[in-house]
Amino acid sequence: MKEFKVTPIRNGTVIDHIDVGMSLKVLRIIGVRGDVSSTVSVLMHVPSKKGAWKDIVKIEDRELDPKELDKVALISPDATINIIRDYNVAEKFVVQVPERVKGIMRCSNPSCITNKNEPVEPEFVVETKKPLALKCTYCDRLTTDIAENIV
Amino acid sequence: MSGSLKGLDIVSIRDFSREQIEQILNVADKMVPVAKGEGKSTELEGKVLGSLFYEPSTRTRLSFEAAMARLGGRTLGFDEPKGSSVAKGETLADTIRMVDAYSDVIVLRHPQEGAARLAGHFAEKPVINAGDGAGQHPTQTLLDLFTIRNEKGGIDGNHVVIVGDLKYGRTVHSLTEALSMFGAKLTFVAPPTLQMPKEHIRHIESKGLKPRISSSLDEVIGDADVLYVTRIQKERFPDPAEYQKVAGAFTINRTMLREAKKDLIVMHPLPRVNEIDPDVDDTEHARYFVQAFNGVPVRMALLSMVLGGME
Ligand SMILES: Nc1ncnc2c1ncn2[C@@H]1O[C@H](COP(=O)(O)OP(=O)(O)OP(=O)(O)O)[C@@H](O)[C@H]1O
Ligand SMILES: [Mg+2]
Ligand SMILES: [Zn+2]
Repeated sequence: MKEFKVTPIRNGTVIDHIDVGMSLKVLRIIGVRGDVSSTVSVLMHVPSKKGAWKDIVKIEDRELDPKELDKVALISPDATINIIRDYNVAEKFVVQVPERVKGIMRCSNPSCITNKNEPVEPEFVVETKKPLALKCTYCDRLTTDIAENIV
Repeated sequence: MSGSLKGLDIVSIRDFSREQIEQILNVADKMVPVAKGEGKSTELEGKVLGSLFYEPSTRTRLSFEAAMARLGGRTLGFDEPKGSSVAKGETLADTIRMVDAYSDVIVLRHPQEGAARLAGHFAEKPVINAGDGAGQHPTQTLLDLFTIRNEKGGIDGNHVVIVGDLKYGRTVHSLTEALSMFGAKLTFVAPPTLQMPKEHIRHIESKGLKPRISSSLDEVIGDADVLYVTRIQKERFPDPAEYQKVAGAFTINRTMLREAKKDLIVMHPLPRVNEIDPDVDDTEHARYFVQAFNGVPVRMALLSMVLGGME
C-alpha cells in the first residue's frame, strides 16, 4: 500500500527526486505561483530510498512542456517526472539535461552582449555535466549558478 | 578544418586550426611589400570595408584602414558611436544589418563580450572581430604570432616569457592559447594578484605543456627568446603606492636586458605607458614597432582571404 503524506492527486505531475532544497526553485521556473487553481504540494527534505535527502513537488492538473522539462533538468538533473492519471503513475521518466540550451537561461556574465537588449536568445552548450557548467556561445563564459540565471 | 576562409567570420582564435593560422601568416608574408608601399595592389578595388568602432582604438582601426587602402579598397564607418544612430539607442543587430547592406566586409570593435559573434549572426558579409570587451581580439593574436615567426624564424620551441597583467589582459589569453597550439615554452611573470587565471593554465596544460609561473622577471629573463610585455593598469590597484611598487618591478630597461640572450626580442601590443623604458627602443631587442607595423600585412591577409582573394 502506498503511504501518502499529502492528499493524492487524481491527475497531474509529481516531480520526484529533486535535489534537496531546490523544490521552490523548481516551482518558480515552471511558473507555478499562488494564482493556480488546483492543489500544489511541496515536500521538502524527505528521505529517499538511496538514503539521501530529496524534495518532491506535486502539481494537480498540470503537465510540463519540453521547455519546462529542460529547465527542471538544468537545476535538478536527477529529477523524475511521474505523470499521474486517475491516481496512478501512468508515465515515469528521468529528465534529461539538453546538449544545447537556448532561450531559457541568461548568461551570468553581465558584460555579455546577450544581456544588452539585443534581439537574440542566449544560447549555451554543456561544458561539464557534473557539476553542470554551461558555456555561452556568444561570450564563451561558463555559467555554473544555473538556478539563478534561468528565466 | 582547412581550405578557404572566404565568407567566414573571424571571431575567436579558437575557431582556427594551426594549419589555418599558418595559411593566414603565409598570405601575410606576401602582403609585406605592398603594406610597406613598395608594391601596388588593386586586389580589393571596388570593395568596401564597414568599420564600426564602438570603443576608441588607434592602432587597430588605423591598421585596418591602411590594410584596406593598400589593397585598393575603401573604408566607411565610425570611430566612436557618438553622433551616430548608435547613440540614439539602435541595437547592434540593427546597425549591423544596415552596414551589411553598405559594405563587403565588416570590422567591429565593441565593449561587450560576444558582440562579434552576434554581429556574425546578423551579417551576411564576413565579420572580423577587432576586440569585444574583455573577450577575444584574434587579429592581435595573429599579428603577434606573425611577429614571432618572422623575427625568430618559427614559433615552436621558443621560450616565450609573458609579463604584466595576465589576469585581465585580453591579448595574453588568446595569445597563450595560440602559442600552446604551436608548442612554444611559456613562462608567466606577474604579481600574484594579476597572475594567469587557473582555467587558462589548465587549458594550456591540456595541450601537454607545463607553463612556468614566476613573480620575478630577473629569475627568468636570461633564458627567454621572446619577452612579451603588457600594461599593468593603475585601476587594478586600490592603493597607488602598491601600484608604483608593482609597476616598478615589472618595467623593462636596458640594464635588465644585459642578462638576456643576444637574440631576445621584446614585444608589446602598445600603447605602452611605463612598462618599457624608452632606452630599450634602440637596442637590438626592441620589436614592438615592427609588431605594430605587422598589423597591416596580417589584416591585409585576412581581408583578402575572407573576401575570397588570396589563399
Ligand atoms: N496519486 C498520487 N498523488 C500524489 N502523489 C503520487 C500519486 N501517485 C504516486 N505519487 C508519488 O509519485 C512518486 C512516484 O510514485 P511511484 O509509485 O512510482 O514511487 P516509487 O516506486 O518510489 O518511484 P521511484 O522509483 O521513482 O522513486 C512518489 O513520490 C509517489 O509518492
Ligand atoms: Mg521513490
Ligand atoms: Zn555570454
